[in-house]
Amino acid sequence: MAAFGSFTLLIALALAAYNLLAGALALRLIATGQPARISPERLADTARRAGIAGFVAITGTAFALIWAVFTNDFSITYIMEHSNRALPAAYKFSALWSGQEGSLLLWAWLLGIYGFVLRLTHKTDVKLYAYAGTILAGIQVFFLLVLNFAAPPFALLKGAIPDDGNGLNPLLQYPEMVIHPPMLYLGYVGFSVPFAFALGALMMRYPGEKWIKVTRAWTMVTWLFLTAGIFLGMHWAYAVLGWGGYWGWDPVENASFMPWLTGTAFLHSVMMQEKRGMMKSWNVWLIFSTFLLTMLGTLLTRAGLVSSVHAFAQSSIGTWFLVFMGIVLAVCIFTYVLQRSHLKSEHQMESLVSRESSFLFNNLVLLTACFVILWGTLFPILSEYVVGNKVTVGAPFYNRVAIPIGLFLLFLTGVGPLLPWRATSFRAIRRNFVLPVIALWATVIVCFAVGVNPWKDGAFSQGSFYAVVSFAVSAAVLTAILSEFLRGAGVISRQTGRNLAVATWLLTRRNTRRYGGYIIHIGVVIVVVGLAGAAFNTSEEKELGLHDKLLIGPYTLECIGFTQDSNPNFNSEYAMLDVYKDGKKQFQMTPEKRVYLASEQPQTMVAIHSLPSWDLYVVYEGTNPDTSQPIIKAFLNPLVGWIWAGLVILIFGTFVALVPSVRPSIATRPVPTEPALKGGQ
Amino acid sequence: MDGAPARFTLWMRATQGLVLAVAVCFSLGATDSSARYHDLNHRLMCTCGCAQMLGECNHVGCPSSGQELSELSADIAAGMSDKEIFSAFTAKYGATVLAAPTTEGFDLVAWIAPFAVFGAALLGTILLIRRWAGIAGAKAQAAALEPVIVDPADRERKEKIRRETGADGGF
Repeated sequence: MAAFGSFTLLIALALAAYNLLAGALALRLIATGQPARISPERLADTARRAGIAGFVAITGTAFALIWAVFTNDFSITYIMEHSNRALPAAYKFSALWSGQEGSLLLWAWLLGIYGFVLRLTHKTDVKLYAYAGTILAGIQVFFLLVLNFAAPPFALLKGAIPDDGNGLNPLLQYPEMVIHPPMLYLGYVGFSVPFAFALGALMMRYPGEKWIKVTRAWTMVTWLFLTAGIFLGMHWAYAVLGWGGYWGWDPVENASFMPWLTGTAFLHSVMMQEKRGMMKSWNVWLIFSTFLLTMLGTLLTRAGLVSSVHAFAQSSIGTWFLVFMGIVLAVCIFTYVLQRSHLKSEHQMESLVSRESSFLFNNLVLLTACFVILWGTLFPILSEYVVGNKVTVGAPFYNRVAIPIGLFLLFLTGVGPLLPWRATSFRAIRRNFVLPVIALWATVIVCFAVGVNPWKDGAFSQGSFYAVVSFAVSAAVLTAILSEFLRGAGVISRQTGRNLAVATWLLTRRNTRRYGGYIIHIGVVIVVVGLAGAAFNTSEEKELGLHDKLLIGPYTLECIGFTQDSNPNFNSEYAMLDVYKDGKKQFQMTPEKRVYLASEQPQTMVAIHSLPSWDLYVVYEGTNPDTSQPIIKAFLNPLVGWIWAGLVILIFGTFVALVPSVRPSIATRPVPTEPALKGGQ
Repeated sequence: MDGAPARFTLWMRATQGLVLAVAVCFSLGATDSSARYHDLNHRLMCTCGCAQMLGECNHVGCPSSGQELSELSADIAAGMSDKEIFSAFTAKYGATVLAAPTTEGFDLVAWIAPFAVFGAALLGTILLIRRWAGIAGAKAQAAALEPVIVDPADRERKEKIRRETGADGGF
């Protein structure tokens, strides 16, 4: 199977190279109108077919690696290092992306799938799709070169073949790890498609904004994958790492967040291009940047440029990525300089307070947030280079710098939709903003009344202050969005006589994009409320003997026993804790600690009891080597469930926005003629 | 017409007053040692290699966090200032023990750059929009005064493109 995999990988490279060269030649011939022995259209079609065949070849390669994992082929170094016989079947799939070579193969395979779908739907616009397909082939050539020559997944083991492998990293042996990396990769790789369309449209001086409409679904689906991937990663960190948090501003996390920020900026600003023919250059550069940031993320996580808690696969392929990014940037700059006259705006902004300017400010804040994260991620390298002193840029830095920026962004989320296009008046602003401002201050008062304030143990707490501001701004934004829904639904309700709920449904169907966007914003608000809850996290740690008790918040945890278990993959020991509230037993929790046999690495399995108000989060940390007593750490984390609920709303909103709008049927009534009117009178 | 600017000024003053009141409220409050201990152990890193903040390191038998936390408690009890505690930790464990760059020397650049970039971008955007608004206003005035010299065929072509390629509503 190793030979088959290596062969199909080489074939995939040859086909991608043909797709790139033949496609580029055909498009050049079409653009210049030069006579050729072969029809350029036919040449372009052979390139397209080569791309489809390339997908089959790279699928064969992925199949070969999966086959090798399932058949425990430890003659292949990659399989020996990332799998073992006792590994459960679901995690054998995870082995595909647990290492350097496998994750690059996953990237190439997903790119092949995206390219396959794109090439099958080429009749939407043959020429534009030919450009996009050729650019995708260029990206694919890079990944296949790396896979064939720098990180071959089928490299054979030197020396004797062992009976069993080293096993999969225990951190990856968790259900979400079967879907989190593919989701994230679908997001990363997916941005190649809008990038290819944008670059292709610019190269061919595509008339109008149709290319944006063509790529809208691609961009939104890609953004959805990236969003879901990031949130799944957060949940995995929360449930597996056992420190009670979900986001640690680690370089790997930052690497996924940066393209999300620029991609979100693109999804917003592209509306200005569609609606008013503005910001064309800006949009092109946003999508170029997003693509380059997905590459930078891979470079950071794979090349070991920055230290990270969960960079699972590091190697020296950084140079390959740097060169590729340099080439891509050069192509982007060259094409832009050559074709920039095509990107002239059709309109200009007419007021500082308008929908357009709110989009511009939204973009500004998103890009500033992206810069802050990039800056914080790269500053240790910069500091070491400039003053020879490596520093840590951790959560305190991001909390001070990024949170205020995030709150300003949240504020704009509420303000933007309330502003009309082109310009507005002070009176209109006041009319639209009265309710949100009332909601904001009412929330502040309620927060203070129920004891949620910026003072913690008698001292001012920056985290609590930000939390109160987050709650207040969230309430204002939610009020603004709901009032938008109610305003539109009220009009439809009056027109049709339907109730408000049905009218809201009809309203959403008439403009799915707009109201789907609002639902996404509601999801974001819910997520922010959940994130703000972290300011009020509490924790208790105690050595718990039999029938010892630990108090946290309204709960009492009583230890009723410790036990051990074993299976071919791992040994585990866990605590059985009865949880009491107001003297009554509520439920039992069983936090666990595992030791994986193949890798001999320990891993915590956190017990979580989730409620809308808080999560009771219990970690079995093992036994104290001095006293042999088990140590239990319990956290009471307010509002964490809101983060995952917000994600569900966000996903729902994205689906709504992807569904085409239904135009209301327009019944035309003949205008009564003058005599008829008179007759009627 | 005079009413609107006056009301705007009133709103601005009311907002400024509220911001000031909130700032004064937030600057009040005493700091006790447990809150300070919690705050400081979240501004230092565990040096065992787990890449977690000192207050969040959850490794049983961690060779570093217990000792670091004891040192932190002792330093607070000895009445050392935050700066003195950070200096003592940096001298012993190196600059990477601090969870964020300091506000001295080259480290200061880390803090200034984000706000400088944001400020410059914000100012640039405001100036750009004002310039565009001026150009748009001048164009509108010129259009109102001068006869339209747009090629009707060109305008029709542009309108057709916009109709055919326009999105289904948008925001």
